[in-house]
Amino acid sequence: MMAKSYDAIIIGAGHNGLVCAAYLAKAGRKVLVLERRHLVGGAAVTEELHPGFKFSVCSYVVSLMRPQIIRDLELPKYGFDLLPLDCAFLPLPDGRSLARWNDYARTRQEISRFSKKDAEVYPEYGHVMMQMGRFSKPIIDDVPPDPTSMNPFEILKLLRLGKRFRELGEDNGIAALKLFTMSAVDFLNEWFESDVLKAPMSVSGIIGTFLGVRSPGTAYVLLHHYMGEIDGAFRSWGFCRGGNGAVSNAIAAAARHYGAEIRIEAPIARVLVKDGTAEGVVLENGEEIRARLVVSSLDPNRTFLRLVGKEHLDPEFATSIERFKLRGSSGKVNLALDRVPEFTCRPGDGPHLRGDIAICPSVDYLERAYDEAKYGDFSSRPYLNVVIPSLSDPSVAPPGKHVMSIFVQYAPYKLKEGPAAWPQKRDAFGDAVIDTLAEYCPTLKESILYRQVLSPWDLEQQFGLTEGNIFHGELSLEQLLFMRPVAKWARYRTPIRSLWICGSGSHPGGGVMGAPGQIAAREILKAGAV
Amino acid sequence: MVLAVRRPKQAKGSLRMPIPTPFHPRTSALCTSYRWKQWAGYYAVCSYEMNHEREYFAFRHAAGLLDVSPLYKYDVGGRDAAAFLSRVMARDVRKLKVGQVGYCCWCNEEGHVLDDGTVTRLDDTRVRVTAAEPALAWLDRNRRGFDVALEDVSERIATLALQGPNSREILKQVCGADVERLKFFRATATKLDGLAAVVTRTGYTGDLGYEVWVARDDALALWDALVAAGKPYGLEPAGLDALDVTRVEAGFILNGVDYFGARDCVIPSQKSTPYEIGLGGTVHLDRDPFVGQEALKREVARGSEWAFVGLEIKWDEMERLYDSFGLPPHLPATAWRTAVPVYANGKQVGQATSGTWSPLLKRNLALASLRTPHAKLGTPLEIEHTIEYQRRTLPATVVEKPFFDPERKRA
Ligand SMILES: Cc1cc2nc3c(=O)[nH]c(=O)nc-3n(C[C@H](O)[C@H](O)[C@H](O)COP(=O)(O)OP(=O)(O)OC[C@H]3O[C@@H](n4cnc5c(N)ncnc54)[C@H](O)[C@@H]3O)c2cc1C
Repeated sequence: MMAKSYDAIIIGAGHNGLVCAAYLAKAGRKVLVLERRHLVGGAAVTEELHPGFKFSVCSYVVSLMRPQIIRDLELPKYGFDLLPLDCAFLPLPDGRSLARWNDYARTRQEISRFSKKDAEVYPEYGHVMMQMGRFSKPIIDDVPPDPTSMNPFEILKLLRLGKRFRELGEDNGIAALKLFTMSAVDFLNEWFESDVLKAPMSVSGIIGTFLGVRSPGTAYVLLHHYMGEIDGAFRSWGFCRGGNGAVSNAIAAAARHYGAEIRIEAPIARVLVKDGTAEGVVLENGEEIRARLVVSSLDPNRTFLRLVGKEHLDPEFATSIERFKLRGSSGKVNLALDRVPEFTCRPGDGPHLRGDIAICPSVDYLERAYDEAKYGDFSSRPYLNVVIPSLSDPSVAPPGKHVMSIFVQYAPYKLKEGPAAWPQKRDAFGDAVIDTLAEYCPTLKESILYRQVLSPWDLEQQFGLTEGNIFHGELSLEQLLFMRPVAKWARYRTPIRSLWICGSGSHPGGGVMGAPGQIAAREILKAGAV
Repeated sequence: MVLAVRRPKQAKGSLRMPIPTPFHPRTSALCTSYRWKQWAGYYAVCSYEMNHEREYFAFRHAAGLLDVSPLYKYDVGGRDAAAFLSRVMARDVRKLKVGQVGYCCWCNEEGHVLDDGTVTRLDDTRVRVTAAEPALAWLDRNRRGFDVALEDVSERIATLALQGPNSREILKQVCGADVERLKFFRATATKLDGLAAVVTRTGYTGDLGYEVWVARDDALALWDALVAAGKPYGLEPAGLDALDVTRVEAGFILNGVDYFGARDCVIPSQKSTPYEIGLGGTVHLDRDPFVGQEALKREVARGSEWAFVGLEIKWDEMERLYDSFGLPPHLPATAWRTAVPVYANGKQVGQATSGTWSPLLKRNLALASLRTPHAKLGTPLEIEHTIEYQRRTLPATVVEKPFFDPERKRA
């Protein structure tokens, strides 16, 4: 049966699919978004898992969300509202601790208890990273330049980046080159002497990848996380009021305002392809919907190998998609708490609990956590990134109660027993996480009212993230820029005519930033595809 | 009637300034930043921490607690209280019912605004006036013919503003149902944790919010009760820096910043009429005589020369300007209040008097006085902007005000 026809069907109502839909609808196109789950948002959702407790189930902080999108779509009108994090807190097992604040004087005092030299180098480092964040901003706000092209526009674009690069000055330029090749730890070794800085700072280089902080290439990913900006200030992170689902809901509201239609509980079984051209989609219930254009926000693996099917793909392309590394390596534990958790090293409530709290006391600790994962186990003492958003945004928990979100790495998708062993291991994994945190926070266990444990296998089952990769594909150097998802197809087009991609698996990559969705929409309109 | 003198409390006979408010023992213990300023002779906290950000977000997402005791407060008593105030204010105060609060301004005979504030009808014979500047002598001067008693209660009464989306829930914990029913710009006498208090649903943040008025001696008990009740709801003590951002978002004018009370002006061009500063809505013109009425009638017949508007400064152009200097866009951390010229096609047509980046709305906002022909919504203008010691301009547009006006404010 043929239903009514659309200019574009967007597969998946994650935040990127919604951004793409909103821009296309704003440009007057007739857009339909189809979402598998009962709510929009994908990996940026808020769900009330326990009565009165609202969880940012997957992603939990926002920084990369492009300011241009916030303005273009007038997201604050629809409830997009960021609360900046002021603190990065590192409790240590020996009873000491380090809190880094936005206020440098305060941070210097904290760091100098570990190293006077590092305390002074710290702002220098921040300054260089800020310069480089500026250098790379045009990279994440536009299609990646194509270095193999002879098209004058491409060359111009490269020259423009080159000019920015020169403006970095020699020292910063060298730092930038190093960033592309070194490991996060080696890069940080050039700056700092103390582990209390190197350990938590190097972690940005491995989030969402199956690499260790000493693996080459991880330094660049540090920068990827430095490109975040709030209100023009680089490197700032925030909570969205009402949880990360509020980001997606705001984008969905804007998309609807421009006329986009969004259908939930509409899982797509496959893309209709005829003679190498996408003509629409078929839902799992057999319903066919046609459109002039199909845009997928799913990860490349899911889009091409499941929804399109190898039979429609050139073997070389299919192979490169198969090689695209997903390798989920992280999990999540969400807790409802009956009180404010208390850390032995800094007792009581305080501003140090209102930012992000990292459990990663040393570089060796991180490396050991990686070692276990390499051989197919979850880390018995993993890296944890903990936030308690209800302290800043009381609307997400009943008065006096709190939600705690714990991001965990490493939890390899491929356990040595195979991914299907996760349901049997899930509880043990959750226990390891709680035990780890309880070493710093002894009253934690008795304050837990509810717990949710998400392994990478659960992320795949519940959120459609292949192999549980949080970024739709590792953010490793060979899978970024003009190689994301694969070389020659990094510009949102695909070998299937009228099929485009707009999710985190495309440039500039994962994170709640909306850039893939926005740039894809821009390219689609520019190409006159609809 | 006695003209009360504001007497410092810390040491009898001491003339040391500024003086502490009744909440000082609590606010000073919390003000780890030592960032204070003087407000009407009192110590007032700018921000409790070095940065006001958390306090701002408490106002907008939970609740902020602000000491507003420095406000000048006058109780007007007697049969003629409302009639008297209708004579001296541009608003017809007689129209306010008991338990109602009105926002007012008062003018001199030339129709130039002296000050603005709230007027609350506490009961049949008692009205409370708040003001930014002393007003007792001026009220007294206009008293002839009216049966009223004037009392300066500024020092006798301690006031806290409790503002933000959770303020109602917090107040409910300590004073029960009375506040639940309290409508926007209404007042009620109530018991707050056993203390006799007046609660008004008013404030300067443009959000759901209340102000609580108690006897000076009950100040600390009030503070403790609200802080204890507010903790589970994310209450934070907040200072004037956070307030300043919220009041610009709410589009409220400030005496001494966005306009000047006529008595403080040296030359006529510094003075403003209510219509020129956006307070036209508070003027009840066609009624029995009030101070300034004739002049204001003439102005209405002639049309006002100035208008008070909201401006939005365009981000993209700002980012481009900064980029041309090789800099990332820079936003001042606090609201600003140093006036800058505003131009239309290169010709100055007014000035922006205060502004802020709104972290909530993600908009770069300003309040401005403009010559009327340039004040229409959507008018493209330029605003002066200094970058690297160079004076430039940035495009700005006249936009609707208040910038922030949530439903919950009135709901
Ligand atoms: C545990 C976790 C923590 C994270 N933490 C952060 C963080 O703190 N900050 C940050 O910036 N980023 C974080 N990320 C990454 C970030 O959330 C993602 O990169 C981003 O949300 C992906 O958005 P997207 O729109 O590209 O894809 P998705 O959000 O994955 O959207 C894809 C959508 O498609 C739907 N779908 C799947 N299959 C089908 C089908 N067959 N038919 C129809 N619909 C389908 C899915 O249900 C989903 O809604 C985290 C991710 C995870 C998983």
